Amino acid sequence: MVNFILNRILQSAIVMFVVALISFFLFNFVGDPISNMVGQETTVHDMNALRERLGLNDSVIVQFGRFILDALNGNFGISYRLQRPVDELISERMPATLELVFVSAVIAMVLGVAGGLFTGLKRDHWLSKIILTSSLVGVSLPTFIIGILLIYIFAVKFNWLPSFGRGEVVDLKGGWSTGLLTVSGWKAIILPSITLALYQTTLILRIIRSEMLEVMRTDFIKFARARGLKSRDINYGHALKNTLIPVITVAGLQIGSLIAFSIITETVFQWPGMGSLFIQAVQFADVPVMSAYLVLVAFFFVIINLIVDLLYFVVDPRLRSEIKN
Amino acid sequence: MFFKSKPLILAGLVLGAVVTQTAVPAYAENVLRYTNVGDAPTLDPHALNSLVTLMADVQMYDALVMRNPDMIKVPGLATSWKNIDPNVWEFKLREGVSFHNGNPFNADDVVFSIKRAQAETSQMKGYVNTIKEVKKIDDHTVQLITEKPNPILLDQLVNIFMMDEEWSKEHGVETPQNFSGKQETYAVRHENGTGAFKLESRDPDVKTVLVRNENWWGNNTYKHNIDKVVWTPIANDATRVAALLSGEVDLVTDPPLQDLNRILSNDKLKVEKTSQIRTIFFGFDVKSDELRNSSVKGKNPFKDVRVREAFYSAIDINAIKRAVMRGMSIPAGMIIEPPINGYKAEWDKNRLPYDPEKAKVLLAEAGYPEGFSVQLDCPNNRYQNDEAICQAAVGMLAKVGIDVRLNAQPKTQFFPLITGKGTDFFLLGWGIPTMDSGFIFDYLLHSDGSWNASGYGTPELDAKIEAIRGIVDVDQRNKMIEEIWIQVQKDMPYLPLHHQVIFWAMSKKLDIPIEPNDMPRFYWATMN
Repeated sequence: MVNFILNRILQSAIVMFVVALISFFLFNFVGDPISNMVGQETTVHDMNALRERLGLNDSVIVQFGRFILDALNGNFGISYRLQRPVDELISERMPATLELVFVSAVIAMVLGVAGGLFTGLKRDHWLSKIILTSSLVGVSLPTFIIGILLIYIFAVKFNWLPSFGRGEVVDLKGGWSTGLLTVSGWKAIILPSITLALYQTTLILRIIRSEMLEVMRTDFIKFARARGLKSRDINYGHALKNTLIPVITVAGLQIGSLIAFSIITETVFQWPGMGSLFIQAVQFADVPVMSAYLVLVAFFFVIINLIVDLLYFVVDPRLRSEIKN
Repeated sequence: MFFKSKPLILAGLVLGAVVTQTAVPAYAENVLRYTNVGDAPTLDPHALNSLVTLMADVQMYDALVMRNPDMIKVPGLATSWKNIDPNVWEFKLREGVSFHNGNPFNADDVVFSIKRAQAETSQMKGYVNTIKEVKKIDDHTVQLITEKPNPILLDQLVNIFMMDEEWSKEHGVETPQNFSGKQETYAVRHENGTGAFKLESRDPDVKTVLVRNENWWGNNTYKHNIDKVVWTPIANDATRVAALLSGEVDLVTDPPLQDLNRILSNDKLKVEKTSQIRTIFFGFDVKSDELRNSSVKGKNPFKDVRVREAFYSAIDINAIKRAVMRGMSIPAGMIIEPPINGYKAEWDKNRLPYDPEKAKVLLAEAGYPEGFSVQLDCPNNRYQNDEAICQAAVGMLAKVGIDVRLNAQPKTQFFPLITGKGTDFFLLGWGIPTMDSGFIFDYLLHSDGSWNASGYGTPELDAKIEAIRGIVDVDQRNKMIEEIWIQVQKDMPYLPLHHQVIFWAMSKKLDIPIEPNDMPRFYWATMN
């Protein structure tokens, strides 16, 4: 078990290194940050001096080596755009993204599991048909359209919810700022979290439904019925448990992509998280922020996968006995 | 398990939220809620020469010379100035002015600030590089000594904000950020100016709050009634407009063109517009011996003025105005705009008319009866509808036989083509902070101009451009400026398209004069 975890952590280091390397080669295509950093009055000589000072004249390999060495020392450089240390910027923005992802994941799990169970158990109910049809919207409409639609309905038309921002935030100890302790914070998180959760909800709903249909046909359910168990125990105790392995796999991977793809939702709602920081970095060709962000997202993916693997052991007794043998 | 416990957690959180509800602040004071597309990266007045940084700083810092909304120079921290010798300007400083931390403002601060703006790491040094020496005469008199007579020194000083010497030394910000220190400098998120507003809080990209400076020297002159400015940038166009429509913000200085009608149909909102100090034009490489991406090999068709005129005649500027700019542009016949010294309305009026037949004839005369192909480099996130303008031009040029391949890309990739002089045919916009033709001559029309991607320039023209840098006599100088423009209008190295129009959308409760440099100054505003 310990070996397994150590192995995974070693793998994660390799993944992060490769992501950093690839992204450094891609940075050549995002353009020149210098023209954003200086005004039109700047002479070519001064522009070159700045480029030299930032080390942009060195080859990609040299720049990459410098990034890795600095990163190993905990120094991710200074943002070209905001002129502040990158690690500070990212850690300031991380709470906003993680809170958004957390709320979205909860929404997706609750609605997805509930909807999946309902449509799986009562497949011919009229409500099941409505749920299944409307859930298609979740997968077929692009996130930003859904976001804009929600803004126009709930912010512009009815004036119930704010169209942008995070509301009032409360600074907690340890540098974490939360919007979940104020009313305006909760109001602000509703629309973006629904937007972000919609796709995942649909996905989980459909997986649970098809797994449920499968499981309900199996022998052990029939036997359970024959034994006269309450249908509530059968449905939620035995059947649901057996659908969870694929759900955990998908949900785990989806939390990774919630973090990575919150970029679009954050941009639409001006949510001050890491995603909007990254988008602005791309537009500015702010290489230090881009590289640190990509490495961090790679790290998240690896860690989430590790947690998913560990959860399998909890849910599936067969795996546990395999290890013992 | 998930099924039962998650809603409980959620309910708990909601409950917790209600219990810890914070008091809603009372808005008896006048709060101006402002949004635009992006925040100022830094508040350091000399670290970055960008419009949005200058806009943020002008609320908190003052310059020696300022401009009123019509762009006329008015006294700022200097109450008067005179040219006591062609190379020496003497400024009388305003007395009794103090910085936001209470330190008095005096001649030492002026000497310090100008030297700081001249520092190696300063991005404002282009405005002060003619100043050889800054001399303190007494506490409220300074002299600026230039190497050569500089007729636009006052215009340049408008962008140089005055900082407090003691404060800067105390916080280790005697020079602007140099990026090698690997850490943030104090002036990036803090300020200590003399200006109309003080910084209350700053969360870059999220929210910046400014409060009225009761001790501002200008409060008697500029009677604004704004107590607080809350600036929350919104990057997404649709969201920015939604925030205005829903009444969450009072002022948007960059609403997208296509949403103007929707904004105007809301009876709580209004739109102010004015002609911007920025003209959009195409440029041709008139210098290279062969174009980089063209079907014509061994020669450069753009060297022939007839080809340039053919392109000019092939562009239907009124169609661009109507279809692309939705009526919000002013067709241009020259590449500077009304408030700039050197502008002449007749040149705008005499813009070559749309005449595709004439274009074909000119191309045939130049030896290209079948036309040719060329690449057009175009930014797609810099000017109003920039890519759409280029797309429209591609269609128009196709009608006269020119096969244009459009290469539209973000400004970070586009601008290096201009400054690196690696483009055959490009779209560019140009604004002039000094309000004088000399600026555009230096950058776009002198052979050595750093943004002169057209390569245009002749020794005679270069000599004239260099000469006007040092001529102080207004009539003589203006005569030379006119001579240069006459030559440029004849040579057509640039194909003028239109002067941009800026529009600010705002709540009807707010009155704020729109400024041609696209910088709202909140101390002109009133709310009711």
